Amino acid sequence: MNAMVAALEPTPAVAAPRWTLPDRGKVGMLSFILAESAIFTIFVVAYLFYLGKSLTGPTPRDVLEVPIFYTICLLSSSVTIHLAGKRLERNESKPFLAWWLITIALGATFMFGTAQEWRRLIYEHGLTISTNLFGTTYYSLVGLHAFHVTLGLVMLTIVSWLSVAGNLRRQSRRVEVLSLYWHFVDVVWAVVFTVVYVIGR
Amino acid sequence: MATEVLTIPGVRIETPSWGETLHGWVTTVDHKRIGLLYILFALLFLGVAGVEALVIRIQLMYPHNDFVSPQAFNRMFTMHGTTMIFFFAMPILFGFGNYLVPLMIGARDMAFPRLNAFSFWLSAFGGFLLYFSFLGGSGLYGVGSAPDAGWWAYAPLTARAFSPGSSTDYWTIAVLVSGFGSIGTAVNLIATILCMRCPGMTLGRMPLLAWLYLTMSGLALIGITPLSAAQLMLLVDRYLGGHFFDTQAGGSATLWMHFFWIFGHPEVYILVIPAFAFMSEIIPVFSRKPIFGYPVMVAATVCIAFVSMSVWAHHMFTIGMNSYANSFFAITTMAVGVPTGIKIFNWLGTMWGGRIQFKTPMLFSIAFLFQFLIAGLTGIIQAAVPFDWQLSLSYFVVAHFHYVIVGGILFAIFGAFYYWYPKVTDRMLSERLGTLHFWLFVIGFHLTFDLMHVPGLLGMPRRIYTYEPDRGWDTLNFLVSIGAFIQAVAVLVFIANLILSYWKGARAGKDPWDAWTLEWSVSSPPPVYNFAVIPTVFSRRPLWDLKHPEDPDSRYE
Repeated sequence: MNAMVAALEPTPAVAAPRWTLPDRGKVGMLSFILAESAIFTIFVVAYLFYLGKSLTGPTPRDVLEVPIFYTICLLSSSVTIHLAGKRLERNESKPFLAWWLITIALGATFMFGTAQEWRRLIYEHGLTISTNLFGTTYYSLVGLHAFHVTLGLVMLTIVSWLSVAGNLRRQSRRVEVLSLYWHFVDVVWAVVFTVVYVIGR
Repeated sequence: MATEVLTIPGVRIETPSWGETLHGWVTTVDHKRIGLLYILFALLFLGVAGVEALVIRIQLMYPHNDFVSPQAFNRMFTMHGTTMIFFFAMPILFGFGNYLVPLMIGARDMAFPRLNAFSFWLSAFGGFLLYFSFLGGSGLYGVGSAPDAGWWAYAPLTARAFSPGSSTDYWTIAVLVSGFGSIGTAVNLIATILCMRCPGMTLGRMPLLAWLYLTMSGLALIGITPLSAAQLMLLVDRYLGGHFFDTQAGGSATLWMHFFWIFGHPEVYILVIPAFAFMSEIIPVFSRKPIFGYPVMVAATVCIAFVSMSVWAHHMFTIGMNSYANSFFAITTMAVGVPTGIKIFNWLGTMWGGRIQFKTPMLFSIAFLFQFLIAGLTGIIQAAVPFDWQLSLSYFVVAHFHYVIVGGILFAIFGAFYYWYPKVTDRMLSERLGTLHFWLFVIGFHLTFDLMHVPGLLGMPRRIYTYEPDRGWDTLNFLVSIGAFIQAVAVLVFIANLILSYWKGARAGKDPWDAWTLEWSVSSPPPVYNFAVIPTVFSRRPLWDLKHPEDPDSRYE
């Protein structure tokens, strides 16, 4: 019967055009990103809602320093991962790996920056997640983002390992899906940066 | 009708042992099996949560009853609500979606089969975790048992000080985990519907069911995640000493309410849109007419999804928002009625002038139309803010949302069972038992939920453990409880029908309803690979084109 469906001549005869559909990896990742955006939105709303509502110190103005260098690192990693993807499309594995490792290095630098900042806040200013509302919302929002960066770094590392092992041929579409995630993490940082370090101070 | 299975010459197929069968089901990534697992899992929890509802109703049958303790009563209504929403309604609708969507769009499986299995098992273990709380909920402190903070778990009741022990944590983590499962399935459904359609199936030719599941999944992505975020915050509060909802440290209990209802109201539409999907497939087939106003149906659904994102605070009129917020949410709430009304008119338009066959699926669909209309109307009544101030947290609200979920969604699910059971099992469900199930359930439903509005109007608050005899609520509550038992009997008839018909039912064959969508073009049950040859479609009703080559739909679309 299926064959009959397939063989059925439509009237008026419609020449079957080329049947192309969107890539499911990309659609899946974009849907996932939409869901993630909603989660981040709720955390951002909570951060903004509780700005200046802490009953005790320290306040953001007292203790936060703007992490310009680390922000530049993370945002530029979006550029390097894009360049890496371009190289992979052209099947140039060595330059791909180089750009890919630079991306990982930039992401790792960013995470180092976050670690430094948290160490300073905890040991020098005594601000922990349970100190006041600022501590609760700050560590949750920045921590949620840092968790995503870490997850991204793990996946990037796996890809670079696969690349060294030579298993990455004709996988540029999958790598592209992963870089969509990385771009998303960067965009979220732009929002978090604005909210926490610009508006929040 | 013989099943269409491609046999490979020289390969002998052995009957698998019990162990192999079980292993096959646990490790399956086949969308049909996962769909069935979802449905069976959901039916299990329907039974459990149904028993909890009966306990609640026995307790409220008479004034000053002491069938259960007040503490146990709190656990019952919390577990009943949580289970019905997260572990019955969501899984069963995802189950039908899993089973039907690939078949209806001419695909061999979902876009991400392993993600599919992962999502199912997340939801399943979420449910088991929730019920493990009866054993493990007391934690190290020896207090608490099952969660008892209500299904919306308002702060600060969920704070450590007021909910010691681990019961609230079981609730939080169970709901969080099942939420991740739902997000996984929603991602999967979207990718499947957008990327796996067979040649010729443009967006404008998709069955309405696929369109509605697409909309529902999109809504789930932005509707369920706020709850996940809020649950994470609650965990931070409970485990790391955070202050999100800690009013002692400047935190806001209202913020939890907002976050919960930003999830909570879209959730209603996440549940009801698949119910609309079933109606949009069943009503045309049993009216022997194509759906009336296909593009308008799609537009109305998408419109409902968008508007439903901005109505949540109508659950919170009594917390003292300013009049601008009240007016905004009253207006948006009333506005949702417009696209919903369009859908009801289109279903009526489909039935109008059709040769209606009153088979069991159609009986449930017609009851759905009446009951969902009434449920919508009592909803609009409560959108009027002053009226809501009077009725909020009363049994009127309980009656309203049970009218939506039982009278609307559950009736649609029953209709879907009677409609697609032949496809899944190659057996027809018994019409006699089906009619008995239908009438018993209609009588029980109306006895319970029509009457339940009245004690609400008379001032009976929801979630009370017992009441005084002189309030004028006694007779009504007694009748409401009787109705609950009639519904329970009806569900037992339904379960008996499912089981008996599996062995005794008449053979269904490929296409028992003379329907028009692609799932009826393959054998019953469908082969593992669904379609031996991927079909090509030229209209919204490919099987009509096939059966009526002299007058195909593609000529008119």
